[in-house]
Amino acid sequence: MPECPVSKVAGEVAARGAPGLIGAELLKLRTLRSTWWALAATLLTGVGFGLLAGLSHRNAYPGMTPEQRAADDPLFYSLYGLTLAQLALAVFGVFAVGGEFSTGTIRTSLLAVPRRGRLFAAKMTAIAVPACVVSLLTVLTTYAAAQATLGPHAASPDEGRTLRAIAAGWLYLTLICLFAAGLSALMRGTSRALAVLLPLLFLGSQGLGNVPVARTVLQYLPDQAGMVAMHLADEVRDPAFARDYGPDTALVLVVLWTLAALLAGYLTLRRADAE
Amino acid sequence: MCRVIEVRDLTKTYPGGSREAVAGLSFTARPGRVTGFLGPNGAGKTTTLRLLLGLTRPTAGEALIDGCPYARLKEPLRRVGALLESGGAHPGRSARDHLRWLARTHGISAARVAQVLRLAGLAEVADRRVAGFSLGMRQRLGLAAALLGDPPVLLLDEPGNGLDAAGLRSLRETLRKLAAEGRTVLVSSHLMAEMALTADQLVVIARGRLLADASVREFTGAKGPGALEEAFLRLTGGE
Repeated sequence: MPECPVSKVAGEVAARGAPGLIGAELLKLRTLRSTWWALAATLLTGVGFGLLAGLSHRNAYPGMTPEQRAADDPLFYSLYGLTLAQLALAVFGVFAVGGEFSTGTIRTSLLAVPRRGRLFAAKMTAIAVPACVVSLLTVLTTYAAAQATLGPHAASPDEGRTLRAIAAGWLYLTLICLFAAGLSALMRGTSRALAVLLPLLFLGSQGLGNVPVARTVLQYLPDQAGMVAMHLADEVRDPAFARDYGPDTALVLVVLWTLAALLAGYLTLRRADAE
Repeated sequence: MCRVIEVRDLTKTYPGGSREAVAGLSFTARPGRVTGFLGPNGAGKTTTLRLLLGLTRPTAGEALIDGCPYARLKEPLRRVGALLESGGAHPGRSARDHLRWLARTHGISAARVAQVLRLAGLAEVADRRVAGFSLGMRQRLGLAAALLGDPPVLLLDEPGNGLDAAGLRSLRETLRKLAAEGRTVLVSSHLMAEMALTADQLVVIARGRLLADASVREFTGAKGPGALEEAFLRLTGGE
């Protein structure tokens, strides 16, 4: 490569290299209103449905048969709100990546960072930071809200199963956001990504995985695996939720889905012309 | 090789495209002058600039800046400033924030961001969202972004779009000044008369092929800017 003079006039202050790129991507996220709306919606949806789930169970409890009570699982009501909160967090991932394609900002990004692998890595790292923080906050507050309204029927927080479910919820929400981000790079736009993602996450959580014939395949979809990981698909509570794998395998499945989406998104960005 | 924009036998065929968008195009833009890149709509100007900027990959041939493909330049914003159609800023972000994230990728200071905003005449509206900007304001923001890294090479795609008479004049003066400072300035346009006033060298293309590469003086002879338009229409067959 020839040694051509590079301008030094523009003062150098902030970090360069990878920290500079990640900082730039974080700045992009911070300076869009959609980021704040989607993240706030994640937290509020989780807490709101956590409160409702706890309350409705508390009201239904007196009418339940002894068998139903024996098979019941307070953890289900404690974390059920997360299946809806994940939609808002996935939308955050879609806006963060798909918005660049929809608005043409991707061209400016590629001019500043022409090495597409670096751009992709910086962007995904930057998305992971708020996703990780908001996921933790959402899981904890959703759980706390449901516990408060469950009252006497609350889950025991020091039980290992509860702690594992909470940790799994944290990891699952973070990963589903990155899954959405990777998918948006693959689909190269906000609306196309949402058209794939929302049915996938919404129909799934509405019980598509419980239809007997469809279940053999659909039970392996990311949101279904997420429900197993968070102990929301409990066959003792409801036989329709019977799955062919357990919570640990479920987390591995979600990780694999996320890696696949990220890889597909990266390959698309690397290969395609930026129109 | 330094500060030189070099296009060699460049060809680009889009998948499903009926013909080549760029077909065996070769030309060079040198430092210290404004090179006008002229052609009718659809001639392949934008495609050529995108190939030079590594946004699109060539089917054949090379597009080099400083003897190197854009994608391999280190700190590209300090070497090449580019303005693409419609500016490339997210409408939901303010002008200042758009420049701030760009600056962040290269460790460029906030003072420089403020400086280019003033230079582009956007200091007053810097904290407003780009969604409310006119086309002319977006073009000026694009120019501010191009100048951010104080680059010795500039590639500008139709920078005059959306500018009023005063804006065009100030753009012309800016481009002349940048070239006088020893920079390489490649400007695409479909406005012949404007280019006759701005450029030193003209590269004319149509249907992705080179039609002419000559100085403005060679084009117009002694007849002045009006003759350029005629020469252009004759060359491009009135397209």
